[in-house]
Amino acid sequence: MTDVLDRQQTETHFATVGTRPIRPDGVDKVTGRAAFGADFVMPGMIWGRILRSPYAHARILGIDTRKALALPGVKAVVTGADFPDLASEIIEGGEAASNSRDMAVNVIARDKALYEGHAVAAVAAISPAVAEAALELIEVSYEPLAHVIDVEAAMAPDAPLLHSHIFTEGLEERPKLPSNIARKHQFVRGDVDAALAAAEVRVEGRYTTKAVHQGYIEPHACVASMSEDGQGHVWCSSQGHFMVRSYCAKVLGVEISNIKVTPAEIGGGFGGKTTIYLEPIALALSRIADAPVKLVMTRDEVFRATGPTSGGVIEVKLGAKKDGTITAAEVELKFQAGAFPGSPVGTACMTALACYDIPNFRIVGWDVVTNSPKTAAYRAPGAPISAFGVECALDELAQKLGMDPVDLRDKNGARDGVKAAYGPTFQNIAFLDTLARIRQHPNYHVPLKANQGRGVAAGFWFNVGGESTGAVRVSDDGTLTVATGNPDIGGSRAGMAMMAAEVFGVPVDNVRVTVPDTQSIGYSMLTGGSRTTFAVGMAVVRASEKVVADLKKRAAGIWQVAEDQVAWKNGEAICLDPAKADAKPLTLKGLAAQSGRTGGPIQAEVSLNAQGAGPGFAVHSCDVEVDPETGHVTVLRYTAAQDVGRAIHPSYVEGQLQGGAAQGVGWALNEEYIFDAEGRMENAGFLDYRVPVASDLPMIDTVLIETAPNPRHPFGAKGVGEAPIVPPLAAVANAVSAAIGVRMTDLPLSPPKIRAALDAKKA
Amino acid sequence: MKLHVSTTVNGDAAEFLTDPGTTLLDALRDELGLTGSKEGCGSGDCGACSVIVDGRLVCSCLMLAAEAEGKRIETIEGLARHGELHPIQQKFLEHAALQCGFCTPGLIVASKALLDANPDPTEEEARYWLAGNLCRCTGYDKVIRAVLDAAAELRQERRVA
Repeated sequence: MTDVLDRQQTETHFATVGTRPIRPDGVDKVTGRAAFGADFVMPGMIWGRILRSPYAHARILGIDTRKALALPGVKAVVTGADFPDLASEIIEGGEAASNSRDMAVNVIARDKALYEGHAVAAVAAISPAVAEAALELIEVSYEPLAHVIDVEAAMAPDAPLLHSHIFTEGLEERPKLPSNIARKHQFVRGDVDAALAAAEVRVEGRYTTKAVHQGYIEPHACVASMSEDGQGHVWCSSQGHFMVRSYCAKVLGVEISNIKVTPAEIGGGFGGKTTIYLEPIALALSRIADAPVKLVMTRDEVFRATGPTSGGVIEVKLGAKKDGTITAAEVELKFQAGAFPGSPVGTACMTALACYDIPNFRIVGWDVVTNSPKTAAYRAPGAPISAFGVECALDELAQKLGMDPVDLRDKNGARDGVKAAYGPTFQNIAFLDTLARIRQHPNYHVPLKANQGRGVAAGFWFNVGGESTGAVRVSDDGTLTVATGNPDIGGSRAGMAMMAAEVFGVPVDNVRVTVPDTQSIGYSMLTGGSRTTFAVGMAVVRASEKVVADLKKRAAGIWQVAEDQVAWKNGEAICLDPAKADAKPLTLKGLAAQSGRTGGPIQAEVSLNAQGAGPGFAVHSCDVEVDPETGHVTVLRYTAAQDVGRAIHPSYVEGQLQGGAAQGVGWALNEEYIFDAEGRMENAGFLDYRVPVASDLPMIDTVLIETAPNPRHPFGAKGVGEAPIVPPLAAVANAVSAAIGVRMTDLPLSPPKIRAALDAKKA
Repeated sequence: MKLHVSTTVNGDAAEFLTDPGTTLLDALRDELGLTGSKEGCGSGDCGACSVIVDGRLVCSCLMLAAEAEGKRIETIEGLARHGELHPIQQKFLEHAALQCGFCTPGLIVASKALLDANPDPTEEEARYWLAGNLCRCTGYDKVIRAVLDAAAELRQERRVA
């Protein structure tokens, strides 16, 4: 086994890692064979539908389901009364902890509807049409209550109160009265007030963002079957079927071992599928109906009842010396959590200044409940929002100092040995290289014309590791099967196959990858936190190494030599014992064929808790042109550079950078939840909630920085999926601000806002 | 009352019974078992359900199943032939033009309709043609490269033939 490890640590040229093979699940996905959440059917299956609150905030006085139950073809109706009341308890998740009581009440309302779209009842019937008709027959008696969605309005002492049990946590003294402010977060170093007062140059600004949705194209969908003995089976699309299993068990009050979850292919998640919505309801309906139940959300339901991420307010003050050394930073963040506590304001605080080495700072964050859908994780949760404020403020500081914005970031940039604002000391990071590569890129030197502007911004994400399982099995013909417990959301099967192929020294096409159900592989945390290639990849590599060690042992037995006299190279065992000079190499195929005589089936499953994910740093530059007539922004050029450690499959790493940039451009320019005066979402569809389309974007140029491979990963990989959505909000806003000569601070930068800014400038 | 519909799907005769209000997408998925066409929105905004009807690209969620009577329908399931992927499918794989793969069938069908009508599109033409197909994963960069590369390959094939 040691020679495998030694090779990894010394060689930088790999046979497979760093190449661009076709992904093993690719053909299924270009031919329509791949089965996503809504594609699964079962014999005897019936159809469910969910009744949702039309009110943003209302007391539920009663629900009369008798007429619905009497409709021919209706097999089951459930309300919140059919689910157990849970105690408040924190469950650790992938990136963010959840409260089991809140999760259960979010799945289906109890005494109050807390947002428009909150599930209040559900039916199952013999056809979608009957289920739809039954919804109309459920009579819910509501007492509408005053609602609040704006985050600062929700913090006011006289705001409508969502929950009587929330007393702000994180204050020095527990408040006497409940409020909508769930928690205060604070990170402090040095004396920020004195440093700001002493600063030679200061900037300050107030920045705002709206709630935006992850916008995965696949709506949530599941089929669930609950048998009479209490064993449940769920087929669904999610970012983690083990997560679905444990959350369903919790919400239904059953044992985890009685729930089995089979993962479907997942049609995008971006964090939005790291929790449950439909699955426990489908199981509860199935238990009553004695039949499997299919539940599929409409796009309207996806917008009104799932995701989004927070809208926020970001207030920033920076102080610096005239040479550009930043001496002080004060950041205050106020985030909408939606109907239950748990906005990503904590991670927004932790990442806000992580790119920089600043001696004095105070970062304060407020987690505030509002009458809008409970926020779910969205790609680097919280970090894009705080980075928007901080990176725009840095841009303004650079202007004030007459410095290039990349030079300002370089002067203050995090490097090895710097203690991050959130605690740890950085090692093996390449932020400065990433900045340098943006500065060197040809796009950064294209001359700009009238009405055009260039913006730069940086971003940080921790990346996580965590509990992971990988299994490797050798078939009789020497081909390999790799199994993991993580849904493949963007090409991870390719990465797993490549890493296994690298260890075995075999062609990647000899490795097939599967994602089996929760009963067929060891536990893994969900696919999130940019952890899969790093952490699950590590489990796959360790399992592969174990199998290689076993193969060498078997070869030693065949040759009758000591185990240390066997090496493994290019898919073969080689005898090193000079006394056996005539021993021909034993191939993987040959060893597999003899497995019955050398100890039986050859396989290994490794479970581990991966540590040392290695943080990601991203720097983006963006050129825009603003049409002064209409206020419309065209993105002309976009460049995304990132410290990736080492790219296992560079095409899919580039794809992460490009996709993150595109989502960020949408966040910056178009996307927002719009509510009417009653707190109802006015744009719950892709026509009016405008995500970027192909004609909105240019090619997105990428630069993969591989100067600091992650020493904790066998091939140097760092997480890559989330950091690329952190810089774009500010990169775009800085470019637009430069193009029109007005500092733009309120996202999205929609045409009316730009027109208004231009008009105000003229006046 | 159910309607009886006779149509052609990927070159084969197909028949089904349908309610008058059922969409072509639901008939393809639920009656004919062709689940390659996806529903992302049900309102014609995302293009995941793209099919070609008598040579025209349509969102099958916006067309009634009953309107398929006598029409020729092409879906993603009909593109690969005799064990060979269509060049657009192959180029999507080679360029890594998919991540989750949910929008991919619709994007490939829309790209085929583009290249049937315009064998040599510019990048801008491809971007505007595919503006009706939402992809949230890729940022479209590799999708556009795959489509332009497939166009070049198809032109080459035509010259050879």
